[in-house]
Amino acid sequence: MEDKMFSKDPRFKVAKREAWIGVGLVVINFLWWFGFAYGLSKGSPTEYTYILGFPAWFVYSCIGGLIIMSILITFVVKVLFKEVPFDEEEQSAEEANKGGL
Amino acid sequence: MSLGILLPLLFFLFIIFFVGMWTNKYVSQSDSFLHEYFLGSRNMGGFILAMTMMATYGSASSFIGGPGVAYSTGLGWVLLSMAQLPAGYFVLMILGKKFAIVARQYHSVTLIDFLKSRYQSELVGLLAALNIIIFLFSSMAAQWVGGARLIESLLDIPYWLALLIFALSVMIYVVVGGFRAVALTDTILGAVMFFGTLILLMATIIAGGGVTNIMEKLVVIDPDLISPFGANGELSPLYVSSYWILVGVGVVGLPQIVVRAMSYKNAKAMHQAIIISTVFVGIIMLGMHLIGVFARAINPNIAVGDTVMPTIAMEVLPPVLAGVVLAAPMAAIISTVNALLIMVSSAVVKDIYLSYINGDAQERRIRKISYTVTAVLGVIVFFMALSPPDFLIWLNLFSFGGLEAAFIWPVILGLYWKKGNRYGAIWSMIVGVSSYILFHTYYPNAFGMHTVVMPVVLSLITFVVASIFTDKKIVYKPLKQVD
Repeated sequence: MEDKMFSKDPRFKVAKREAWIGVGLVVINFLWWFGFAYGLSKGSPTEYTYILGFPAWFVYSCIGGLIIMSILITFVVKVLFKEVPFDEEEQSAEEANKGGL
Repeated sequence: MSLGILLPLLFFLFIIFFVGMWTNKYVSQSDSFLHEYFLGSRNMGGFILAMTMMATYGSASSFIGGPGVAYSTGLGWVLLSMAQLPAGYFVLMILGKKFAIVARQYHSVTLIDFLKSRYQSELVGLLAALNIIIFLFSSMAAQWVGGARLIESLLDIPYWLALLIFALSVMIYVVVGGFRAVALTDTILGAVMFFGTLILLMATIIAGGGVTNIMEKLVVIDPDLISPFGANGELSPLYVSSYWILVGVGVVGLPQIVVRAMSYKNAKAMHQAIIISTVFVGIIMLGMHLIGVFARAINPNIAVGDTVMPTIAMEVLPPVLAGVVLAAPMAAIISTVNALLIMVSSAVVKDIYLSYINGDAQERRIRKISYTVTAVLGVIVFFMALSPPDFLIWLNLFSFGGLEAAFIWPVILGLYWKKGNRYGAIWSMIVGVSSYILFHTYYPNAFGMHTVVMPVVLSLITFVVASIFTDKKIVYKPLKQVD
């Protein structure tokens, strides 16, 4: 079992890379969220600047954060993530196809 | 209670009931009962996966408790709620393809199956099962109370009757349909949550005379309502940031979420689900908590936090639409409860009954036991929820944090760290849960962070130290082959 789980299966390499991308995305997400929320809210709330009726910190941090992350995640998944087969049969079928070519 | 509100609610309960019942044909036709009943035969597509992840995660606290707190704290609580955004993508990315592949290789049906095969240890499985049964059970009771209270206040009927209606509408279809029924109804429930949020958000903005107007009113009530620090300055940046562990990345440790990461069909489904669930989780969390803040400007005299959402819905919407919107918190509660019910049932059937009581049970016997256990669990929760505990969010978050502290490292490090072993897993679970209970009791919000942070750190240290320390003691057969 142990051996299977940490074998040199190329699919695991893909998986590991994508897991690290996930960690990177959370870090970006957090920095954006934190930076705008607390960077733009210094001073008294009565002196805040407003965008679309909301305080600017809120627009950038919460609404902007959601939009940016949605775009970033869509890009990452479509461009960087690889489709790999999950089942053994599925995989061997694919290899057989490759051999045929 | 007007008929206009009642009808959409009843209609909605009927629909999910029939969809749930309909899935029973898959259960009765399946050639592997356990895989079908507890995992939907690993057949979920991207959209359903996204919806069931999102709906299971979004609970009473997102629709009732959360907006109530946002009402009294202001935009700072909306900021805090956005820490939940990673729950939409992080779980599927971090467990990702490795978990999906390994779960298939091990033929795991539950999280506990996976842990048992990974660590080759019965004790790991037993500890995990106990954690799941105790914590998810209390969490389920809290959600039932929430659901029944909501029906009670909407229909103006006695609590026990509300609880009975709730129990019947959830339990029966979960018992007969299993995981597939849960996932499919979650898709409908998720859509109700999503559109309910959008409708109510728009209606609230209109009723408040636009965002600018609402913000002006809030500043008059208390300028700190529009700061990120909370109305009484109670939300420090460190405290708010620590919620990223509790409701963001820590969600990787929740068994009811983890099991979904082994139930999808293929990589394409996973890719789709990541995008969809991020957008949906983000919009629902942002929208619902904003509604709570906006409600303050529209009606500043709501005394009980939990009634903010229903009160404002009935105030700003015509009855039929209010009925549709009030179906959203119901949907959130039902979609969490149904997942917990099937989860606890799988722990009892698969990890207690089949592991320790009757390992050679025949297919027919397993079938009968599974239906019975699920039903009996439902009945027990019903009676527990009859004399309900007061702090809905408190109970819910307690089980949340306890499970995260227990499972996050055995799952993640089990997947990616070769040296991680059974001693690491066992001690990490013990230290995680017991330190959570100790911190919660004697030093809550330690060092200005949410209570969950310290136990998660401690269980990480324990896992690593125990694994390294005992590394030479375990000789796995396959490792020998490598030598």
